[in-house]
Amino acid sequence: MSTMDEISGSAPHIRGGRSAGWRGLGNMRELGLVLIILALCAVMSFASPYFLTWTNFRAMLLSFSIEGIVVVGMTVLLIVGAIDLSVGSVVCFSMVVGGFFFLAGLDPWSASLLAIAASAMIGVFMALCVTRIGLHSFIVSLAFMVIVRGLCLAITGGTPLSLFSLPASFKFIGQGNIYGIPVVIIIFAVVVAIFDFLLRRATVFRKVFYTGSNEKAAQYSGIRTDRVKFFCIVLCATLAGVAGVIYMARFGAATPTFGLGMELNIIAAAVIGGASLKGGSGSILGAILGMALLSVVSSSLILLDVSPYWQDTIRGLILLAAVSFDHVLHNRRMAGAPRPAGQ
Amino acid sequence: MSESLALEARNITKAFGPVQALNDVSLGLRKGEIHALVGENGAGKSTLMNIIDGILRPDAGDILINGRKADIASPAQAQRLGIGFVHQEIALCPDITVAENISMAATNHRRAFLMNYAETREHARAALAGLGDVDPDSKAGDLSISEQQIVEIAKALTLDCSILILDEPTAALTEREAGKLFQIMARLKQRGISIIYISHRMAEIFDHCDRVTVLRDGRHVSTRDVAQTDPEDIVRRMVGRHLGDLYPAKNRASATADVMLAIEGLCDGQRFSDVSFSLRKGEILGIAGLIGAGRTEIALSLCGLRPISSGKVHLEGRDITPASYPQSIAAGVVYLSEDRKGAGVFVDLPIAANISALAVEKVSGRSGFVIPSRERAQAARLGAALKLKYGSLDDAVSTLSGGNQQKVAIAKLLSVRPKVIVLDEPTRGVDVGAKAEIHRILRDLAESGTGIIVISSELPELIGLCDRAIVIREGRIAGEVEGSAMTEEEIIRLASGVGRKDGREA
Repeated sequence: MSTMDEISGSAPHIRGGRSAGWRGLGNMRELGLVLIILALCAVMSFASPYFLTWTNFRAMLLSFSIEGIVVVGMTVLLIVGAIDLSVGSVVCFSMVVGGFFFLAGLDPWSASLLAIAASAMIGVFMALCVTRIGLHSFIVSLAFMVIVRGLCLAITGGTPLSLFSLPASFKFIGQGNIYGIPVVIIIFAVVVAIFDFLLRRATVFRKVFYTGSNEKAAQYSGIRTDRVKFFCIVLCATLAGVAGVIYMARFGAATPTFGLGMELNIIAAAVIGGASLKGGSGSILGAILGMALLSVVSSSLILLDVSPYWQDTIRGLILLAAVSFDHVLHNRRMAGAPRPAGQ
Repeated sequence: MSESLALEARNITKAFGPVQALNDVSLGLRKGEIHALVGENGAGKSTLMNIIDGILRPDAGDILINGRKADIASPAQAQRLGIGFVHQEIALCPDITVAENISMAATNHRRAFLMNYAETREHARAALAGLGDVDPDSKAGDLSISEQQIVEIAKALTLDCSILILDEPTAALTEREAGKLFQIMARLKQRGISIIYISHRMAEIFDHCDRVTVLRDGRHVSTRDVAQTDPEDIVRRMVGRHLGDLYPAKNRASATADVMLAIEGLCDGQRFSDVSFSLRKGEILGIAGLIGAGRTEIALSLCGLRPISSGKVHLEGRDITPASYPQSIAAGVVYLSEDRKGAGVFVDLPIAANISALAVEKVSGRSGFVIPSRERAQAARLGAALKLKYGSLDDAVSTLSGGNQQKVAIAKLLSVRPKVIVLDEPTRGVDVGAKAEIHRILRDLAESGTGIIVISSELPELIGLCDRAIVIREGRIAGEVEGSAMTEEEIIRLASGVGRKDGREA
C-alpha cells in the first residue's frame, strides 16, 4: 500500500524474460568487430591462397595468445580507470627472473612461481604509489617501465640467458600440443573464459566497473576504491608475470630486451575492443577480438608482401580508423536517442 | 506588437527520433522584461533554449530577433545577435583566473599574438562592476558556486547581449545569494536587457518576473502576466493535473517521540565544531544554513565520509561513531550526495547495477558471483516502490530524467534497508512532479520508522517537508526551529546571524 510495504515486500513479477545484459551496448561493438574480422578474412581468402589455412590461423592464434593474457589484465585496469605502461617490461622481468633462478639451480616450476611473485611485487609497488601517494597510474607505470627494464638488463648483464636445459615437461607449456592444439592457445582460452565470466558476474569485478565509472559515486556507495584499484594494478602485473613465464617456456631463453613496445599493442587491442581510457567500460571478449583484428591485419600485410617498413604505419592507421569509427557510431546513437531532459 | 519584441520564436517544432521534443511552440520576449519559462523536465524548455542559442536547429519554425528573421546556426552566431546563455551547469575553466574566464570569447577573437593581461583585468573589473564582489585575479575554481554564477553572467554580459537566458541559476544558490542575483536581474532589466528565466521555484517567479510561459510535453500551454495568475494555477498547468497539497502532512507525534540518532559534540577541527543534535523516531529533520556554512561537511562526517577530530554518533543508544563509510552503512546510516551526476549515480551503468552498488553482496550468491535475477528483482521491487519510470532495467541511468535518476540514487540507499538516511539537496534540479513524489517517499519512510535528515537550500521545501530544522552558521548550530516558529524569516535570521538573540539551543 504505502511505499514502505512495497520496499520490504516480496519481488513482483519481472516483465520480459530477457537475459541480464550487463554489458548493454558493448555487445554491439563485439558483433561489429566480429563482422569486420570476417570481412577482412573473406577479402584475404581471395587475395592469398595461404590465408584460409589451419597453419595460418594457428600461427595467428599463437602470435597473440600469450600477449592475450596480458590484454586481460590491461582491460581490467582500463575499466577501473587506470593504465599500465610497464607490462612489456614486467613480462620481460618475469622471464629474466625465472631464468635467473632456474640457472641458479632451482627447478623450473619453483623458479616460475618466484618470477610471478616478483612481478606481482612490482604491481604492489606501483599500486602503493597510485593509492598511497596519489600519483596517476600513467606516470607511475611510465617510471616502472624504465625501472623494470633496467632491472632486466642488470640481472642478465645485458645478454640473453640461454635456457636450453629446461626440462621437456616445462617446455611443454610453451611448445607442446594437445590433440594438435598448442598448449599456449589452450591456456589463453581458459584464462579468457575465466576472466570474461568473472568480469561479468563476480562481485569483486563489479566494483571495478563502479570505481571506473564514477569513483566518487563508488566511494559514496561505501566502496573502498583504493583497494579496488590496488587489486587491479596487482592483477595486471601478475598476469604479465604469468605471460613472461610462458614466454620463457616457449623460447627457452630470456632476452632482456624482450617485450619492448608490447604495451602499446596491448592497450590498442583493449581500446579497439571497447575499453575506455576514462574508465567504466570494456570487455575481455572485445579486447581479445581487438587483438585478433590487429593480428589478422598483421598477417594480411605479410601475406600481401607489404614492405615491413610500411606495416607499422598501416597498423597505426587501422587502429585510428577502428576507434574513430566506433566513436562516431556511438555519438550518433547517443544523438538519435532522446536526451534526458534538463541538460 | 511584434516590433516591441526583442525575440520571438514562431511555431518551433523539433523531434529527436521518435520523440517530439517541441510541437509548434511560440514564445514572445518583450524588450526589457523578465520572462519566466517553466515546465517539468522533459517539457521542452532546454530544447527551446538550445534552439535559440544555435546549439540545435529546429525542424520547422522561425526565430525573430527585433522583428527580423534570424538563422541561428551556432552559439557563436547567437552571441553576435546579442543572445547570452548562462547554462545551468557552470562551464568555467577552474584553473585560470576570473578575468581570463570572462574574456575567453574576446581572447578567441583577438588578433594580437600576446595576451594583454592588464586589459583583460580591466575588462573583467568593468564587467563585474555592479554584479558582485568577485576578485578578477582569483582562480575560478576557488570561488563558491554563487560567485561562479556571477562570473558566468558577467561573461555573458561582456558580449553586449540584449537577451539573456538564465537556466535555473538559483538551483545551487542559497536564499541570500539568490536575492543578490535578483537585484542583478532588476538592474539588467533597467538597462533594457530582456531576460528569459528558467526556474522550478514558484516564489522566485512571482516575486521577480513579469510574465510566465508554461510548456508541457513539448507544447505551449499558456503565457500570462504573473499578476493575473497564481502559483497553484501555474503548477497545475505544468503538471496537467491537480497536485493536491504541495507537501505531505507532517507527523506531529514525532515531536514527543524517542530519540533515535544522537550526535554529540561533533568537531572536524576545521569546518565545524561542537555540533550536537538529535533525530527523533518518525521525524524528518532539516538542516538549514547558507552554502559554505558546513552543512554538507557535518552530514559527511556523521556518515564517516569525512574524518572527525572528536564527537560521538549514537544510534538507538549504541555508539556507532563511524571511522569509514562502510562502517556507517553497516550500522544503518547512509548518505545521498548533493551532486547527483558527480557522486550520486553511475550514469553510464545500467539501472539495476546502480541500485545494487551499495551492497553488491546482497544480490550475490555465497560464492561471490552476482546473481542477475536477484539483482533485477531488487531493482524492479525498489523501482516499483518509488514509481521509477524506465524502459528497461538494463538501460543506462543517463537515459532517465533528473527526477528518475534521483529515484535510482534513493533506491540504492534503500537497498540496504537503512535506519537513517541523510539526504543532501534531494530535489535539486528535479521537476515539480518528481519533487512532490520524492517528498511523499521521504514522509512514507519516516512514518515507517526510518530516520530522515534533509539538507536543503530551498527554504519553502525545508519548511514544507521537515518537522523540525536546525540552522548552521559558520560551522556551529545557530539554533533550532520547530512548528509555527519554522518560518523563512526565522531561518534566515539564524543562518545569517542578523539580530540574533544569542542563545544557542542544540
